[in-house]
Amino acid sequence: MFRQASRLLAQTLRAGVRPFSSDLPAAPTSDSAFIESWKKVIPNIEPPKTPSNFLRPRPATPTSIPSKITVNFVLPYASELSAKEVDMVIIPATTGQMGVLPGHVPTISELKPGILSVHEGNDVTKYFLSSGFAFIHANSVADIIAVEAVRIDHIDPSLVQKGLAEFTQKLSSATTELEKAEAQIGVEVHSALNSALSG
Amino acid sequence: MAMAALRREGRRLAPLSSPQSITAVRSSLISQEQAPLGLRSISTQIVRNRMKSVKNIQKITKAMKMVAASKLRAIQVKAENSRGLWQPFTALLGDTASVDVKKNVIVTVSSDKGLCGGINSTSVKTSKALKKLTAGPDKETKYVVLGEKAKAQLIRDSKKDIELSITELQKNPLNYTQVSVLADDILKNVEYDALRIVFNKFQSVVSFLPTVATVLSPEAVEKEAESGGKLGELDSYEIEGGETKSEVLLNLGEFQFSCVLFNAVMENACSEQGARMSAMDSSSRNAGDMLDRLTLTYNRTRQASITTELIEIISGASALEG
Repeated sequence: MFRQASRLLAQTLRAGVRPFSSDLPAAPTSDSAFIESWKKVIPNIEPPKTPSNFLRPRPATPTSIPSKITVNFVLPYASELSAKEVDMVIIPATTGQMGVLPGHVPTISELKPGILSVHEGNDVTKYFLSSGFAFIHANSVADIIAVEAVRIDHIDPSLVQKGLAEFTQKLSSATTELEKAEAQIGVEVHSALNSALSG
Repeated sequence: MAMAALRREGRRLAPLSSPQSITAVRSSLISQEQAPLGLRSISTQIVRNRMKSVKNIQKITKAMKMVAASKLRAIQVKAENSRGLWQPFTALLGDTASVDVKKNVIVTVSSDKGLCGGINSTSVKTSKALKKLTAGPDKETKYVVLGEKAKAQLIRDSKKDIELSITELQKNPLNYTQVSVLADDILKNVEYDALRIVFNKFQSVVSFLPTVATVLSPEAVEKEAESGGKLGELDSYEIEGGETKSEVLLNLGEFQFSCVLFNAVMENACSEQGARMSAMDSSSRNAGDMLDRLTLTYNRTRQASITTELIEIISGASALEG
């Protein structure tokens, strides 16, 4: 019985340090209005969690312009860059290439297929991304969300040329609307890739 | 003659007089109206059959646990990688679970296959509670159901509220393209002011948290931004690209829905495999316990019958001697 008591004590002491999975933030906040209204109507069931419980905390808006911009570059399959401090990013917005420096005005921008370049000191990493969105917040945090992205140096130029030729040929020989649309998309993507590699 | 009759009586009463065997195994196993002759072999046969089937069940559930564990390993990596996808949207647009709108649509994510513990029931319970929460005069709440199990449960009492139901989601391995097509389908066919996605978030192999993620329609976003609160800062953001602000917000809303839905579906699939693993594990453990109990019963029955035979032989022999 004393063994049980010491085990229970150890358990309660341990209970404070318990992150189960990779994304529980240090200080989880929750939507109190939701929990209140839930408890009023449904007192028997525990209220479900909401995304704010799992949100990673973000830096507050600084008073002076910070020296580096924090970039989060996410794809459905991976977080390419997460909270990386860089000097500048150039994003392919629909209105053209846009350079983002620390202290940029808060912006929501839609992206078109093109090159994203991340400048840190003297290193430049270029990614070719399909469309997506970019949010730049007041606290110099940039979130770039794309559906697909490939590093430029991982692209094989000969395959790009081959693909471009293939899809141009398919476009000319397409019969149905569907085939035409598919071939058109292939041509656009490959020519964008081509110009990305050369430019 | 009388002795023979007495012996026959003894034989008939012998299995009935061993109380442990009857209380240990349920009465369906040893039927009370057995013939007096040959009842020993019938009862051990029945117990043996039961033991064989329990052993098979144990093997099957153990195999199912292994399969679920390997599937979990594969999908857990993908789910954890997709966790960064919804964070930017919540950081920008806030977590608006307590928003008050006219048309709510609850998207319930569940599994197609069963034997996965209680996760589908918790999702359905949460969805029903959410419906109650968002009900009110002038408001309507509809369901969009993903997965066979939630559809079966919700169709019983809310058949007319189900707008769309989609099954066989995991026929091909989950990927973003499939989910974005699905999201497109839902957005085209359902009118909504707020979409609430109910799923089980995978916290660990033994813990799954029911979670609600909210996505607002562009008009609702505008209204919330005007009224201040969480989205009040949205106006301070410059909009680049697109013709008008509303067009960009529309695209943003659609993209947000497909990203959040992708993460929800992956987390739910993870939770399903994890829950199936622990359900099958407890099932094989129970089968093992049952097998132990049956083995004891079997041995007891067998030894009792041998003892009875010995008694008969010895008493017969001693009767013959004198």
